[in-house]
Amino acid sequence: MQPIRGRDRLSALRVGLASSWEWDLQRKGVREGLEKPGFEGLRTLQAQRLLSHPPQSLHLVAPVWNGGTRGISGLSRVVAPKGNQKKGRSLLQFLADRFYDVEALRDHLLRKRVSKVHQKNRPFNHINQRYGPYVAGAYFILKQGGAVRFQGREWSRPNQRGHFSLDFLKLQAVPVEAVDASGCAINYQGLDSLLALKELQSLWLQRCPHVDDWCLSRLHPLASSLQELSLAGCPRVSERGLACLHHLWNLRRLDISDLPAVSSPGLTRILVEEMLPSCEVLGADWAQDLKLGPEEQPRDTAGPTPA
Amino acid sequence: MLRRTLLLGLGRGPLGRGLGTHRGGSILDRDGKMSEIKKKIRSILPGGDWNPLYDTSYLPPESSDVVIVGGGVLGLSVAYWLKKLEKPRGAIRVLVVERDHTYSRASTVLSVGGIRQQFSVPENVQLSIFSIDFLRNINEYLAVADDPPLDIQFNPSGYLLLASEKGAAIMENNVKVQRQEGAKVCLMSPEQLRNKFPWINTEGVALASYGMEHEGWFDPWCLLQGLRRKVQSMGVLFCRGEVTRFVSSSNLMKTASGEEVNLKRIHEVHVKIDQSLEYQPVECAIVINAAGAWSGQVAELAGIGKGPPGTLQGTKLPVELRKRYVYLWHCPQGPGLETPFVIDPSGTYFRREGLGHNYLGGCSPTEEEEPDPGNLEVDHDFFQDRVWPPLAQRVPAFETLKVRSAWAGYYDYNTFDQNGVVGPHPLVINMYFATGFSGHGLQQAPAVGRAVAEMVLEGHFQTINLSSFLFSRFYSGEKVQEHNII
Repeated sequence: MQPIRGRDRLSALRVGLASSWEWDLQRKGVREGLEKPGFEGLRTLQAQRLLSHPPQSLHLVAPVWNGGTRGISGLSRVVAPKGNQKKGRSLLQFLADRFYDVEALRDHLLRKRVSKVHQKNRPFNHINQRYGPYVAGAYFILKQGGAVRFQGREWSRPNQRGHFSLDFLKLQAVPVEAVDASGCAINYQGLDSLLALKELQSLWLQRCPHVDDWCLSRLHPLASSLQELSLAGCPRVSERGLACLHHLWNLRRLDISDLPAVSSPGLTRILVEEMLPSCEVLGADWAQDLKLGPEEQPRDTAGPTPA
Repeated sequence: MLRRTLLLGLGRGPLGRGLGTHRGGSILDRDGKMSEIKKKIRSILPGGDWNPLYDTSYLPPESSDVVIVGGGVLGLSVAYWLKKLEKPRGAIRVLVVERDHTYSRASTVLSVGGIRQQFSVPENVQLSIFSIDFLRNINEYLAVADDPPLDIQFNPSGYLLLASEKGAAIMENNVKVQRQEGAKVCLMSPEQLRNKFPWINTEGVALASYGMEHEGWFDPWCLLQGLRRKVQSMGVLFCRGEVTRFVSSSNLMKTASGEEVNLKRIHEVHVKIDQSLEYQPVECAIVINAAGAWSGQVAELAGIGKGPPGTLQGTKLPVELRKRYVYLWHCPQGPGLETPFVIDPSGTYFRREGLGHNYLGGCSPTEEEEPDPGNLEVDHDFFQDRVWPPLAQRVPAFETLKVRSAWAGYYDYNTFDQNGVVGPHPLVINMYFATGFSGHGLQQAPAVGRAVAEMVLEGHFQTINLSSFLFSRFYSGEKVQEHNII
């Protein structure tokens, strides 16, 4: 089937633009482009794989007197070395002709990313049956790259390469007190393993990319024990998810700073403080949303009489 | 010199026109040109889309396998699942006929947007559970290439249903049924209620059921747009028009027991174009009635209910328009961020809206005080007389409130038992219903769409068994009464 001309030119142009941006990032040594979630990340990832060399730039070449050109009209033709332009143009044309294949490849890459996250969040039922829920939860967190603290012991973390010692397997009856899942790819399904930890006191979910409002609504089984919760930097948590934290009546410390999806951080912090009266809420400064009027400009309070 | 002029004339210079060039193309691309010429000839010949006299692109196609009457959330959900479950891909042509593309009177966009699992009928609970799963994974279901992901703004704050002494036993039964199906609901005594929500006045409340997870409210317009976008990308055709006539044929047949039945089959749907006298007859195999509050009128067009009363032929589709008001008010001392969707025993309900101490709410009028559904004008006296007193009694902070705005919308009210009608009509064998949900259609739309698509494609329900929601219950009199209707 012949692809539709206008659309594939646009898509090829996008691929070309993404690749040049990615090349700039690489040159500056910044790797954040690859961690961007969602479609942009996928596009850059795919662009990086497909166009592993930088795009050809156009050079102005000194006019070469070859036998074919005569007079002024000949000089106007030396815009770019034909070879380079043709290669760049034909690569875009190649991609544009295979529009549906490129789309299928992008779809496949997206599905692979999604299934990787699903795989990371699978439940470890056999460990749960054999060693109990605490060990299964601890194994889950350690496998994701987070840290666990059992009651009366120190923090266990995986090392640089992701390996961790398995000597917590004998701690079947020792409850897990604190979980540090910062930056882990934990999502709605993965919370199953965490919710079995009935004596969890401290849960850190800083900068988790897949924790969203739905996950927050699942935290209510931990209400009787959870005292500290940190959601700083989670890109998908909004004030709608924060509203269902009122189940956690034992909460003493809540960190809701730096949440980009919350529409008015100052007001949200005030409302959350009202909702959880016995909890210390660390969040945006409430005054940051206020705008001072012209007659309320800060002036020094030394003189009571107006200037 | 001769050579130079020849070069200038025949070369690719700025003024020269080479051999064989014409506007924009070149003879070198012969294969591409030939296929374009062939396509053009094929479209000019009869059977193609090209009409040299005038533009007919606003008309629906002359034939379509499935015609869905009504483009609201239920109609689009049926279209989506038909396209998703069809085998092979692209096998069915689906046409959605919607007469108002601005959706100005559609129940979907005027609804309060709540979703709950607290129903008394188990099928309703199952439908809701699947729908909330659909909403949670909406970006996997409704992903369209290169479009931004959907954000339905779901507030997982839960529903709080209050029951008086009389209703406490029914509520306990309902909660048992809901828990069996997998809903996470907890029962609270008045004491616990006061501890959790100090702004509630628990006088007259004997029991409360609180949904902890998977309940709340969301933005129905976003769901509608997401479905529309996805369904268009899957190849469903849209038409802006109104269905005015069904052309059908009937067969007099004998059942096994010897009685005669008149089976009808719809062959054509006449779609009248908006603001015009022009209509287009669309040949179809299956018609799906998802016209919401106007489903009763569409069913009458198909001849459902035209017969001696008391027979199957004389059983009408009991779906009517009912007008409901929704009021938005501001109360600075009102309940805070933790406010769930509260439903009073008197039928009054309210929920929080946004962060600014604004609340949405209303009440369903009794049968006697049903407003006239001819227009969507709001009656503000209704708020003063029927909504505000129970609200102020239940939440004392609401004694001082200021109504900011109000609107009215229609319920596709099923006068028989306030539950949906799903599945084919026993006599008009190719008309399927997906309507009559009386105020909880939005929250069950994804699951109902899948059920109707399974019925159309396979002939029976596969995932959720909705046989108790078929049309034949209106004739046999078996009510599936839903108690928790607001």
